[in-house]
Amino acid sequence: MGRYQFFGYRRENGRVGIRNHVVILPLDDLSNAAAEAVANNIKGTLALPHAYGRLQFGEDLELHFRTLIGTGSNPNVAACVVIGIEPGWTGRIVDGIAKTGKPVAGFSIEGNGDITTIANASRKAREFVQWASEKQREACSIEELFVSTKCGESDTTSGLGSCPTVGNLIDKVDPLGATTCFGETSELTGAELVCASRAATKEIGEKFMQVFRTYQEVIERHKTSDLSESQPTKGNIAGGLTTIEEKAFGNFQKIGKKAKFIDVLKPAEAPAKGPGLYYMDTSSAAAECVTLQAAAGFVVHLFPTGQGNVIGNPIEPVIKLTANPKTARTMSEHIDLDVSGILRREMTMDQAGDQLIEIMLRTCNGRLTCAEALGHREFVMTKLYQSA
Amino acid sequence: MATHFIVHDKADTVGVMVVENAQAGQELTGWIMETDETIAIKALDAVPLGHKIALNEIKSGDTVLKYGHDVGRALAPIGKGNHVHVHNMKTKRW
Repeated sequence: MGRYQFFGYRRENGRVGIRNHVVILPLDDLSNAAAEAVANNIKGTLALPHAYGRLQFGEDLELHFRTLIGTGSNPNVAACVVIGIEPGWTGRIVDGIAKTGKPVAGFSIEGNGDITTIANASRKAREFVQWASEKQREACSIEELFVSTKCGESDTTSGLGSCPTVGNLIDKVDPLGATTCFGETSELTGAELVCASRAATKEIGEKFMQVFRTYQEVIERHKTSDLSESQPTKGNIAGGLTTIEEKAFGNFQKIGKKAKFIDVLKPAEAPAKGPGLYYMDTSSAAAECVTLQAAAGFVVHLFPTGQGNVIGNPIEPVIKLTANPKTARTMSEHIDLDVSGILRREMTMDQAGDQLIEIMLRTCNGRLTCAEALGHREFVMTKLYQSA
Repeated sequence: MATHFIVHDKADTVGVMVVENAQAGQELTGWIMETDETIAIKALDAVPLGHKIALNEIKSGDTVLKYGHDVGRALAPIGKGNHVHVHNMKTKRW
């Protein structure tokens, strides 16, 4: 089993989760009220309200389905109740999640009304939550772990300390067979060629460059400035980051020095090439990116911050680390790991990486992250374009 | 001895302040991570924590190097020890 063992929940399809949620998942914005009512009725369940799901079409609709099915399918979810305005698309989500073998049931509102739907869904949720509460953790090994990473409110200390700490962890767990994921397409601007050179093959590198160029076209089409204050953000600039290129090289430290990425994933697409490092095409907005990575099946997230991004995710625990001594001091309730010792030369990168592995495994064993304790549950769907 | 600023790469033309209250005129000690060298520089400005300090003269239009890579261009002449940020440096993209 090796030294990087943890205790997780083994699901019906063999995947391993580190949380045991029973999720009440609305198909669309109209079903949020019913989903939240069910979660209020049945303790220990978790509603995931969101803003979309009506009149979407094409690739944007496919992404909507992929994100919701992926969220319900995530191994951190023991069972799922889906509520939608009508039965057709509700059933599509239910059928997608059912492929994992986990308990899932759908309820639709049209012809029933909220109150009857809430009553029926609450009865099923009660059954699911009691069933899930008897699930036991068992010993699992690092090659069963899916780890995602994304940084936020970065500053120059991110590139100096917290991002390379994640990179040190990736350097250590990649050879052991962990599955890992990074993203943030716009945030590689300036470092894109260096990133492409880290692809496992020339073809994968070219696939990355195509995704990168497509995202640049979106920015070029819509921009009204050089994006200063958006990318980099005002917080980034306050923290000393001046340009997107500088931010990109800091961000890029998160994948370490050795691992090669073995595929380029669409947003919320589950990895299919086995263990290794994956690149996912995502926005660089924290909640959007983590929501997509969680929907792809990643169960624990490593989040370096400089100025103090406070994000969490409802189903994928978000571990925050910072190398900024001021942030570690003034926002300590948000910081799971303080690596500011790197900047004082009191801590080596190797020691910081080992500490991050330790806190990650403790989190996998059940330790709540700061974001979980504070109730941060940012669930944000990525929207590709206008609805019809 | 305290390290006031850190430099990623030997080739870099800027370093990053890692202390909170560096003053103009202060003699600063820096550490180059790549080569594990120590360097000294006199601050010409009060450079805040996390902000960049120029390690040599940078002409207007010159490429600024950090991580050993191009991270933008100077908008104005920058002296050794000056604060480098949005007032005198800009992206080459977008």
